[in-house]
Amino acid sequence: MADLTTDFLGIKSPNPFWLASAPPTDKEYNVRRAYEAGWGGVVWKTLGSEGPPVVNVNGPRYGAIYGADRRLLGLNNIELITDRPLQTNLEEITRVKKDYPDRALIVSLMVPCDEESWKAILPLVEETGADGIELNFGCPHGMAERGMGSAVGQVPEYIQMVTQWCKQYYSKPVIVKLTPNISDIRNPARAAFAGNADAVSLINTINSIISVDLDQMAPQPTLDGKGTHGGYCGPAVKPIALNMVAEIARDPETTGKPISAIGGVTTWRDAAEFMVMGAGNVQVCTAAMTYGFRVVEEMKAGLSQWMDEKGYTSTADFIGQAVPNVTDWKYLNLNYVSKAKIDQDACIKCGRCYAACEDTSHQAIWMKEDRVFEVNDAECVACNLCVEVCPVENCISMEAVTPGEVDPRTGKVVQGDYANWTTHPNNPSAVQAAE
Amino acid sequence: MAQGHQASGIVAGRLSEDEIASNFSDLHSAYAPHEAAVAADRCYFCYDAPCVTACPTDIDIPLFIRQIQVGQPEGAAQTILSQNILGGMCARVCPTETLCEEACVREAAEGKPVEIGRLQRYATDTLMARGTHPFTRADATGKRVAVVGAGPAGLSCAHRLAMLGHDVSLFETKGKPGGLNEFGIAAYKSTDDFAAREVDWLLKIGGITVETGKALGSGLSLDALKADYDAVFLSIGLAGVNALRAAGEDLSGVRDAVDFIEDLRQSDDLGSLPVGRNVVVIGGGMTAVDAAVQASLLGAQNVTIAYRRGRDAMPASPFEQDLAAAKGVKLMFNVMPVAILGDGAVTGIELEYTNVEDGRVKGTGETVTLVADQVFKAIGQTLDGAPDGVALEGGKIAVSGPGRTSVADVWAGGDCASGGEDLTVTAVAEGRDAAMDIHAKLTSC
Ligand SMILES: Cc1cc2nc3c(=O)[nH]c(=O)nc-3n(C[C@H](O)[C@H](O)[C@H](O)COP(=O)(O)OP(=O)(O)OC[C@H]3O[C@@H](n4cnc5c(N)ncnc54)[C@H](O)[C@@H]3O)c2cc1C
Ligand SMILES: Cc1cc2nc3c(=O)[nH]c(=O)nc-3n(C[C@H](O)[C@H](O)[C@H](O)COP(=O)(O)O)c2cc1C
Ligand code: SF4
Ligand code: SF4
Ligand code: SF4
Repeated sequence: MADLTTDFLGIKSPNPFWLASAPPTDKEYNVRRAYEAGWGGVVWKTLGSEGPPVVNVNGPRYGAIYGADRRLLGLNNIELITDRPLQTNLEEITRVKKDYPDRALIVSLMVPCDEESWKAILPLVEETGADGIELNFGCPHGMAERGMGSAVGQVPEYIQMVTQWCKQYYSKPVIVKLTPNISDIRNPARAAFAGNADAVSLINTINSIISVDLDQMAPQPTLDGKGTHGGYCGPAVKPIALNMVAEIARDPETTGKPISAIGGVTTWRDAAEFMVMGAGNVQVCTAAMTYGFRVVEEMKAGLSQWMDEKGYTSTADFIGQAVPNVTDWKYLNLNYVSKAKIDQDACIKCGRCYAACEDTSHQAIWMKEDRVFEVNDAECVACNLCVEVCPVENCISMEAVTPGEVDPRTGKVVQGDYANWTTHPNNPSAVQAAE
Repeated sequence: MAQGHQASGIVAGRLSEDEIASNFSDLHSAYAPHEAAVAADRCYFCYDAPCVTACPTDIDIPLFIRQIQVGQPEGAAQTILSQNILGGMCARVCPTETLCEEACVREAAEGKPVEIGRLQRYATDTLMARGTHPFTRADATGKRVAVVGAGPAGLSCAHRLAMLGHDVSLFETKGKPGGLNEFGIAAYKSTDDFAAREVDWLLKIGGITVETGKALGSGLSLDALKADYDAVFLSIGLAGVNALRAAGEDLSGVRDAVDFIEDLRQSDDLGSLPVGRNVVVIGGGMTAVDAAVQASLLGAQNVTIAYRRGRDAMPASPFEQDLAAAKGVKLMFNVMPVAILGDGAVTGIELEYTNVEDGRVKGTGETVTLVADQVFKAIGQTLDGAPDGVALEGGKIAVSGPGRTSVADVWAGGDCASGGEDLTVTAVAEGRDAAMDIHAKLTSC
């Protein structure tokens, strides 16, 4: 069994799987059980300022989209931050941290955007002995209407300012949790690090209306005939989160900075993908809310088996390994030519590749007698659509055309050297540069 | 005296009421909505789907399954019924393992096809539970068509004609319509009086007058029908049975399997139905299997099917063979009856072993005797009562194209007509296609 220990900002945890700040981490009872179940760390459910706690709705808070067999693919919620008194939370955090010194415990915070509020709460958190704080600049509903959460996360200047206050009034690591509800994720990340954040974590939930009740004519979840947008999370958001993590990991201004990845982590593979994309660890919410705390066992076992197979002895061996291979479209090798190839033994003759290519793409698949499906290399642009729609894994593969051979589609000899759009004759800027 | 299984002779009450009820419950249970959704999710929505090609009624299977998937089983039923008005019965009785499900790409891929039949039942049951009829009639054409025989072929033809605006008289010799759906299909395939309920529902289209107790050949003549109606459709099935031509055939306890099944289907108290302790069924088709399985389910202690060729040649599909075996029926191959033994009542049957040479069955001379107190003959049904003047072919009414007989303005379909397998779904397809041809003829000037 590979060593899953991670060191994130000097905070050690027995594995890289942390529970994200959300209902699973809302109280001592949950957090103790999560640690017992094997989670490496926990980001406590977001605390607000001293005073009367927020109130949540008393109707449904969640909506969902499903795949086959009601497999939950996406969840949306209209929960607010913790609705329990600050003092209760702080006492519980203190007790739990004392009993689980080897586990990471981060306290998530969201208070109004003024120095006084932060100055007031940070010493109280410091006293708990928790390992660090996470600034919730992400919550997209409810709290944002009150000028907090994503309302702060969407303004880089505020992020930098608040982060600076935290670094000033708190001695331990400060993680800034980013909202994805923004067009360029690099700006808030740069602002966080400009304010001396130790790390960023992302993503928080995405603005969403998950479904509409066609009888009530209202968004779901519907409360007394009305609904509001919520925050979207779960497996469906992983591709968005992965891209945002990659953007920060390869941005020259922030590359190499610590990232805690969040968004749709459901299996060991999701975690591995985020980590090779530059994340030092991952946080999980929906998977735990769907399957219970025990899912972490699969995540740990899976990551460990993969590390053993690959010969990685520590998570540090693979963190960030894929970052150099993320590039801009304009740098992709335009001389690289491949063609789809159908494995006739594996093919079950469903014809989906044909329908997809014939109706919507390049008319590059023949349907021959007896439902034999074959690729016409003279039309195939290697778009990969057939591979994606084929129900049989590995039945259609993309095979590179060897340099020196003629591409029957273009009639041109495939070149072995690398050439991209920046130098392509069809690119007006490239032509200009040449003149 | 021994009770239950071990009571000798042909007696009633071998099993308790509960055992009978459980034995004759649905062979394939109905889906609950979530099960249907999961099953529907397995369909790949194939291009030019092979399952559709394999369905004799060309139901758009990927489309109806997708309609179930998106939560509209009633719409799915509409898709099914527009091609096959007896889609509810077909969902229960089609040998899907040799039709749509055999052709399903997932059968090829993993030996586990999409359960098309059960999904079809889910859709049609949902729609029929509403009690409404999903089709309406076109404007009246003033044309009148006689349909003779109210089995699947006749019902399908009559419905389509009525829908197209023609008036239909449906003549049936028996006391009620339905044909073998009502009298022949195994009880565990058509539970809760489904056949009769489906006919009632089908007739809601209107424009169909059912006249029971009217037989072509006695009372009705083809000439008279031709004179009174604009067109005639013959769907009289196969009312005759082949004789065994073995000694002892007329001993008491020897019966045609179809008669036994008819009694069983018409009984409203299966426990009171007498059945033998040692039952032997002669034959190798669906009728043989149905008679044997149902005898076993009634509580017969030993049930044997004696088939004169090898397993590979057996007309009953491997699925039916396995079903028989699972219900405790013993399958004997390469044996043919030589004599039925007994004095007044049957006591046994003497079988001779066979070889098949160049397709012909030959006795080896070696025999075996089985104890039997009941023997069912299931060696094939024959055409009986075809009107004079209509050309035959291979013992059936010769048809070309969509059911055209040798006589002008007379069509035929279903088991009584040449071509196609003798299946409910084939009868439905032939009735429908003949109706379309009749319609084209009647509306062209
Ligand atoms: C025991 C048994 C089990 C079967 N199981 C299956 C199964 O599981 N699945 C499957 O697909 N198929 C099965 N079949 C076959 C299927 O039942 C037939 O293929 C189908 O019923 C044929 O329909 P039809 O309308 O042509 O004939 P029928 O269903 O036989 O209907 C003919 C109708 O015409 C009436 N009739 C006959 N002569 C006259 C006359 N002279 N005048 C007026 N009316 C007349 C009859 O009373 C009957 O109502 C089974 C058959 C049998 C015998
Ligand atoms: C019901 C619910 C409540 C949440 N509350 C908080 C919160 O209080 N603070 C916070 O930073 N994120 C909160 N989140 C966001 C999660 O921490 C996480 O960023 C998001 O769900 C994406 O991860 P996932 O796809 O694993 O669920 C909440 C999410 C859910 C579903
Ligand atoms: S999608 Fe795949 S399995 Fe289906 S026909 Fe194409 S290659 Fe064959
Ligand atoms: S009618 Fe029968 S063969 Fe056709 S799709 Fe339905 S179950 Fe399959
Ligand atoms: S062959 Fe099977 S998977 Fe394909 S459309 Fe038909 S039922 Fe669906």
